[in-house]
This record gives sequence, structure tokens and C-alpha cells, in this order.
Amino acid sequence: MRDRFTYEIETLKQHLLDLATAAENALIRAMRAVDHPDADSAREIIARDAAIDADEVTIEEECLKLMALYQPVAGDLRLLVTILKVNGELERVADLASNIASRAIDIASITPPPAQPFDFTPMLSRAHKMLRGALDAFVCHRSDQARTILLEDDAVDALNAAHYADARERLLKNPAQAGYTLDCVTISHAIERIADIATNICEDVIYLEEGQIVRHARPL
Amino acid sequence: MPQNTASTPARAPKIRARALSFYYEGGHQALFENNLDIPERQITAVIGPSGCGKSTHLRTYNRIYSLHRGQRAEGEVLLDGINILDPKTDLLALRRRVGMIFQKPTPFPMSVFDNVAYPLRLHFRLSRAEIAERVEAALRGASLWDEVKDSLRKSGLALSGGQQQRLCIARAIAAEPEVLLMDEPTSAIDPVATLKIEDLVLQLRERFTIVIVTHNMQQAARISDQTAFFYKGKIIEVGPTKQLFTAPKEKKTEEYITGRFG
Repeated sequence: MRDRFTYEIETLKQHLLDLATAAENALIRAMRAVDHPDADSAREIIARDAAIDADEVTIEEECLKLMALYQPVAGDLRLLVTILKVNGELERVADLASNIASRAIDIASITPPPAQPFDFTPMLSRAHKMLRGALDAFVCHRSDQARTILLEDDAVDALNAAHYADARERLLKNPAQAGYTLDCVTISHAIERIADIATNICEDVIYLEEGQIVRHARPL
Repeated sequence: MPQNTASTPARAPKIRARALSFYYEGGHQALFENNLDIPERQITAVIGPSGCGKSTHLRTYNRIYSLHRGQRAEGEVLLDGINILDPKTDLLALRRRVGMIFQKPTPFPMSVFDNVAYPLRLHFRLSRAEIAERVEAALRGASLWDEVKDSLRKSGLALSGGQQQRLCIARAIAAEPEVLLMDEPTSAIDPVATLKIEDLVLQLRERFTIVIVTHNMQQAARISDQTAFFYKGKIIEVGPTKQLFTAPKEKKTEEYITGRFG
């Protein structure tokens, strides 16, 4: 019985990691489509989102099945609950990647291309590093690493605020490019949300490893 | 200092086991200086693998082990502050205060009515009308009245397994005990009857202090307020059931409740 449960839960974890890879790839490709305007690639990302949604539903169904059949407790219960929550978070990462891809399609249609494009690289690399670190903390059972990542969210928020301030100035100075500027505000906000999702996953990892719910409080 | 110290629950304990050790005939030690507080009018579940001492521990609370020569307990079991391990303890009075339900239903070979009336006749001087009244109250309290009210003269042995167990609970509560000990009370009955007993135990919680030994962990999780995990005669962990089943503090508890051994 225990062996069967262990096998099923390991398989489920692998499905979750596959979903994580798909969501992460969607994010990276969406950002590339923004940096080097490419509407075709962006459309492909949006089209693939349906498959990610379907995977998320499959993982949730599998979690519910294991909960009903094995009635897990303690670490097993926390792991299943964490998988269920991280699953939802990853699906949202993919949704945000789709939102970014939609903006990329818009940006690709602007002629001539903006002379001074927004630079999302520092913000994206931080948010992406947080997301990857959160997933590593989950895989490697590292609640200490999760706690460290929680501290990085403020820097991403600050970069988002800087983009917002920049956008305000651009709207005043160059209203002709308002469409592009608003697209970039949306993109910046999506990246900021991805960092938030990384912190949510970190909080889930802390619960998984320590049995402590730190959401809303974040004692460090 | 005793080694195995339990955390103190918020409510005043009805029973306190202090440095409780137990020896079977031939000197085999089954319990090792355990401390455990049983809060009043709450349900305490005792879990652990076979042979860990959970039933042995329970059996000290009403000294039922005294029926067997060569078995002895050391330390203290304080019921409302009085050590019931004291040789001067009146065992009949103790067992009126501390009722017990066993793994297999043990109805006496007599009518349903007489089963429940038995402790009333033993412990109290009551009129026939008073006995009838209290038998009905006990059967209602055990959620059995509606099923047996038309067959009170039928043999208790003719009831189904689940009904027999509820009859034993009626018999136990008829004497108005303060504590109810339950030693795997549902392990010999079917799942539906088990859920009925569990509902009943939850109702009885309002009136009695309940200690239940069970190897059904889901049952412990469903019905108890606090859970004590025994392993090899020692209490490894005791705490609020919710915490013990979601985030146990001890590795051994985690391993046991997640089915890694036992």
C-alpha cells in the first residue's frame, strides 16, 4: 500500500515538474517575443496554453484521487496540498505568459518600432530567478532557500514601480506611442505577478517542510 | 524526572498519569515512566503499532489489570488528583466512575433491558420505575432506544454487532461514570456501524471524559481532540489531533501515521 502510494505521488510530482517546465518555457518565449517582436511565436505560446490548462486539470484530478483513496496525513498530506496549490500557481504563470504574448503581438504590429523600447531584462531575470529558485526549493526540500527568495520580491516590486513611473512620463511626452506604453505597463505588471507567484510557491514550500502557514505573516 | 513528558492541555486534566510503568507477569516491562494528561470532557485517542502498550496504558485507568495476578503498575494515575494505583482504592467504586468498552461487544447473556439494568442494580438502590427510567435514558444516550424499545426482553446476544457494542456503551453509561475507556471499540464491527459508534462517541463527549485506543488512524483523526502516540511502551508524542495529523513534531510519529512502519 505504502509502496503504491509512494509510486503514485512520485509520478504526480514528475507531472508537476513537467508543467513547471512548460510554464517556464512559455514565459521565456513570451519575453523573447516582446524583445524581438515576433507575432507568430507569440501566437504559438497562446495556442499552447490550452495544453497547460489541461495538464493542470489532470494534476488536480490526480491529487483529489490520491486524497480520496489514501487519506494521507502529516507529510504526505502536506505534499499533496502543496502540489495542488503549486499546480494552480504554475497554470497562472502560463496565463501570464499568454498575456505577455498578446502584448507582444500588439507590439509587433507597431510601425515604426519604438525608438526607445522598455528594458524588461533586469526585472524579468529577477522574477524568473525567483520562480526557478522556488521550484528548486520545492524539489530539494529547502525551506531556508524559500525564505531567502521571499526577500527578493520587494526588488521586483520596485522595478515595476519604476516602469510605471517611466510609462507615465512617456505618456505625457509621447502620447502617439500610448498603445506601446500601455502594453509595456501590462507586461511589467505580469512580470511582477510572476514574482508574487514565486513567493506563493515559497510559502507553500515552507508549509510543506515545516508545517507552518506563513502566508500573510511571513516571519523571517 | 520522568522521561516521557506529555504537554499540558489547556483544560484541567481529569486524569494524570505520572511516571507510569507497567510490568506483566515474569517482569516484562510494557510501559516506561510515561506521563500523560487526559483533559476533562474531551476525547483522547491513543494510537501506536501492535504491542506498543496503548491498551496496557488504558487498562491502568480502571485497574482492570488487577484481575490478573503478577501484573503491576508503578508510578501514579491521578483521577481528580487521587492516585487510583493506591492499594486502598475501592475498585468497585473506581469502575463505576471509570467505565470501559472492549474490542468485541460483551453483552451479558440476558435481555437487553437487564444488560443495562445490571450496573444500576449493582451500584444503586433504585425502584423498578427508576431503573426503567434510567435504562431508557441510557439506551437513548447510546442511540439504541429506537431500535430496541419494542424488544427490550429480547436477548442482548440477538442484536447485530454494532447494536451489541452500543448496548455495551448503554450499560457503561447507565452507571453515570465520569470517564469512558474504549479499547478499539469498532475493530470488530462493520464500517457503517463504526460511523454510528463514532457519532455516538462525539455526542458522549459532552458528558464524559473519553479515552479511546484505536489502530484506525482515520478514526483517531476524525473524533479525538488530542492524540497520544505510543511506541515500544513510551509516549513519543502527544498533542492536539489536528496538529499531530498534519504536522507531527516527532519523526517517529510522522513515519507511523504515514504508514512507513507499524
